[in-house]
Amino acid sequence: MDVKNINELFKQDLSAINLGLESFADNLKNEGVKAIQVQWKPPAGGNMEIAGLLDKYDAIKIKVGTDEANKKAAEIINKGKPTLIDVSTAGESIPGMKKNMILHAGPPVTWDRMSGPTRGAVIGGLVYEGLASSYEEAEKVAASGDIIFEPCHHHSTVGPMAGIVTWSMPVWVFENKAYGNKSYCTLNEGLGKVLRYGAYGDEVMAKLKWMESDLAPIMKKTLDLHGEIDMKNILAQVLQMGDEGHNRNRAGTSLFIRELAPYMVMLDEPKEKISKVLKFMHENDHFFLNLSMPASKCIIDAAAGIEGSTIITTMCRNGTDFAIRISATGDDWYVAPATMVDGLYLPGFTEDDAAPDIGDSVITETVGIGGFAMAAAPAIVKFVGGTPKDAITFTTKMYEITETENNIFQIPVLDFRGTPTGIDVAKIVETGILPAINTGIAHKKPGIGMVGAGLVSPPEKCFLDAFKAFVAKYS
Amino acid sequence: MKQVLIEKDAYYDSVFLMLINRDVKKIEGVLDAVVSMGTEMNITLLRDTGLADKELDGVTPNDLIIAIEGTSEEVVAEAMKAAKDLMDKKSGGDEGEGYKPASLEGAIKTVPDANLVIISLPGEFATREVRKSLNNGLHVMLFSDNISVESEIELKNLAKEKGLLMMGPDCGTAIINGKPLCFANVVRPGDIGVVGASGTGLQEITCAIEKFGAGITQGIGTGGRDLKNVQIGGTMMLMGIEALKNDDTTKVIVVVSKPPADVVAEKVIDALSKTGKPSVIHFIGLEPREQKGNLYFAGNLEEAAGMAVALSKGETYKERTYTIARAEVDAIIEKETKGMAGIQKYIRGLYTGGTLADEALIMFDREIGNIYSNNQSKEDFIPSDPNKSIEHTIVDLGDDVYTVGRPHPMIDPSTREDRIKIEVEDEEMAVMLLDIVLGYGSHDDPAGAILDSMRVAKEKFAARGGYLSIITSITGTEGDFQSIAATKSKLESIGCIVMPSNFQASTLALEIMRKVEK
Repeated sequence: MDVKNINELFKQDLSAINLGLESFADNLKNEGVKAIQVQWKPPAGGNMEIAGLLDKYDAIKIKVGTDEANKKAAEIINKGKPTLIDVSTAGESIPGMKKNMILHAGPPVTWDRMSGPTRGAVIGGLVYEGLASSYEEAEKVAASGDIIFEPCHHHSTVGPMAGIVTWSMPVWVFENKAYGNKSYCTLNEGLGKVLRYGAYGDEVMAKLKWMESDLAPIMKKTLDLHGEIDMKNILAQVLQMGDEGHNRNRAGTSLFIRELAPYMVMLDEPKEKISKVLKFMHENDHFFLNLSMPASKCIIDAAAGIEGSTIITTMCRNGTDFAIRISATGDDWYVAPATMVDGLYLPGFTEDDAAPDIGDSVITETVGIGGFAMAAAPAIVKFVGGTPKDAITFTTKMYEITETENNIFQIPVLDFRGTPTGIDVAKIVETGILPAINTGIAHKKPGIGMVGAGLVSPPEKCFLDAFKAFVAKYS
Repeated sequence: MKQVLIEKDAYYDSVFLMLINRDVKKIEGVLDAVVSMGTEMNITLLRDTGLADKELDGVTPNDLIIAIEGTSEEVVAEAMKAAKDLMDKKSGGDEGEGYKPASLEGAIKTVPDANLVIISLPGEFATREVRKSLNNGLHVMLFSDNISVESEIELKNLAKEKGLLMMGPDCGTAIINGKPLCFANVVRPGDIGVVGASGTGLQEITCAIEKFGAGITQGIGTGGRDLKNVQIGGTMMLMGIEALKNDDTTKVIVVVSKPPADVVAEKVIDALSKTGKPSVIHFIGLEPREQKGNLYFAGNLEEAAGMAVALSKGETYKERTYTIARAEVDAIIEKETKGMAGIQKYIRGLYTGGTLADEALIMFDREIGNIYSNNQSKEDFIPSDPNKSIEHTIVDLGDDVYTVGRPHPMIDPSTREDRIKIEVEDEEMAVMLLDIVLGYGSHDDPAGAILDSMRVAKEKFAARGGYLSIITSITGTEGDFQSIAATKSKLESIGCIVMPSNFQASTLALEIMRKVEK
């Protein structure tokens, strides 16, 4: 009988983990023993059906090698090298893009179920594209069946808020240099009345046209002059400058301007045009969001479709539904109604004005930044009504539902600990801890725009469904 | 009623203001409120909503605006004050507790050097956590009960395969590296290692070891079924013995268990003889065998400790009943019986410790017979109403039948207090026999908590022209936080007899009962 480990224990200082009666831990602390109390809750909130599945999962996990599969997925995420390689247009670059196709954020949704902001953005997109001659006609066109609506995620693309992408729109083109896959995202339109919040109208159209005619070409020429940009490096820097890459992008936007400005001024373009582009970026803290998103997208896409892996590869929403995909079940969506954001409102707005959670920007959380890196961004913790200490707790909690820690994205205040990386749906089910998501809040009516920002708790159901599907697949 | 306040050159973070805005709007009677900086957009908004107008002339983005509309002047004044208070309030970093993980895995990430997991979760959830702990290479103390035999076998086999401790299920007591776990006493270090399939048995033995002037290396718990169930087969007991055998600091081994299955008992005895170390065995309820080689058999818990201490000190153990002088015992018996009324003829043992109850029960059953108890092996003598004593009754109040919806009586003495109040009404009671268990896990003052009910009991019997004898013993050490000395003097202050061990208390009670019978 081998009891070496017991004799080893006799020589060590006790260090105990206590699950249950807290006084047992207190007593040990009283005797000078290191003891940590677990805030234990019944798995899956006491749902015995799911608890039973967890037992099944324990066996499946060994059979299909989930630990190894998840390690592999995490390694792919860590090795990902998102690189900004080009500025192009949706029609030219996005695979499968069609002239009568409109990409939107979140999981698949039909026109009749689309949320206010999404509808508004679709109307605007149709007019912008010349597929409708007026906003009134655009509604009819949208409902006619002639327009193909598909999720951005089906086309290696991500879009913030409504996430509407049409044929002529300029897009950032990213390549994951470690795995060769690409990703795409439109350029950020700025604040106020913008298409991504469902605003349309002449002002919105004019800006979109300017982006197409001036902003994108200048960006492309600048990038050509500068050369490709290693976006992982920039993301790592912004986390050390108080951004978390989702709700705060001030440092990212600044760094991006700093990176490009020396090249932009060399272009053979009128000074006024260049100045307007720089000013446009400067006045919009979220300019960088449309870069952190495709960077995240191309990192995580490489980890999709790994047999046996419970790592989440997509989280997204469209104002109607919230949905996720996990690595082992590839393109299958697990969908539940989108929830409301718990946040703070801009003056003049209340929760009555808010649309349910919307946008693909939660791709940042999917790779372990955004809400997962809240500890890096104490400046915005008030959005969740908290203190910097709460921000640290948010991030610390996320380590419980993730497979690993990022090798490059680090959080100074946590002694440069890597961000929580590789969200494991099984761990979510087990601990009942849902991913922490930072997000903006759109007005529920088309055409108004952003009304606040805050933290959203995603619907538990899609995680439970994904977990059930995983267990069913391997049973 | 509207009011607008402009504070010039007072910059606040917009998110901070949104937070205040939200809180102000929550105040009852507030119809609308805007707390914001004087940006162009905000000014337009305020004018559009009609909340403010000419007050806004000349306001710049560096000025703070507080505009409130309420149902009355008082409401607006109150909301204004609340807004200002909120702005002045310092957020202040509170130095609370550190992060508490939500899962075992989270805890392991937080404390990578963890080596032991203590689990007292509801039984239906505990098994999985034990399995995960073992698979992570962690030793386990499983306090939870309601674990099936099948699960226990599975978990102990896994523990065996991994060479890890899996103390339990239903393991209430252990002392590892001198540290008391769950229900355990502060016992000084020494050279005696104990493995026990009995919680209070382990407590009584380790405390007696200290009292006799020695100390312990380890007190390993196994859970009550370890030796009883043939399939479990003493797995943890055998692993514990093996570990103590390999442990150089352990010179003497003590093993204690509730009645084991015969085959398992033989395996344990065989394993002990192979350790080559002097070993003391006490199987509760079994007649001690003759000493053989390095094996010594004890007849009671205190004796097991006494033998072990003698072996540790290289002395010869002298068999004894009392550790106090016979004359003193006789004087106590005389004093305790002389005031009793003729009608008083029954023993009532009201125990909180299961093994201590068994020790008394088995002694009385052997010497007097026909003892009623919820712990009886003879079914005819299990009272149909557990809350009602019949003739001679010795109950284990820690049993499930008494703990539905309330904590174990060691934690919550009210169970026993209530029972004392019931017993008092029975004029036929002669002796009340109690255990007082100190140490971690137990109540802050287990004697003090029932003192009043015992005093009242004694007074009631005196008023009836009788005398209630209360015999107790304290399981505890000088190191226990409840103070053994204070506990003893409390009990003696109301005339309780405090004996040095449960065995001696039970023997004394037995002698008193015999005298009463005559």
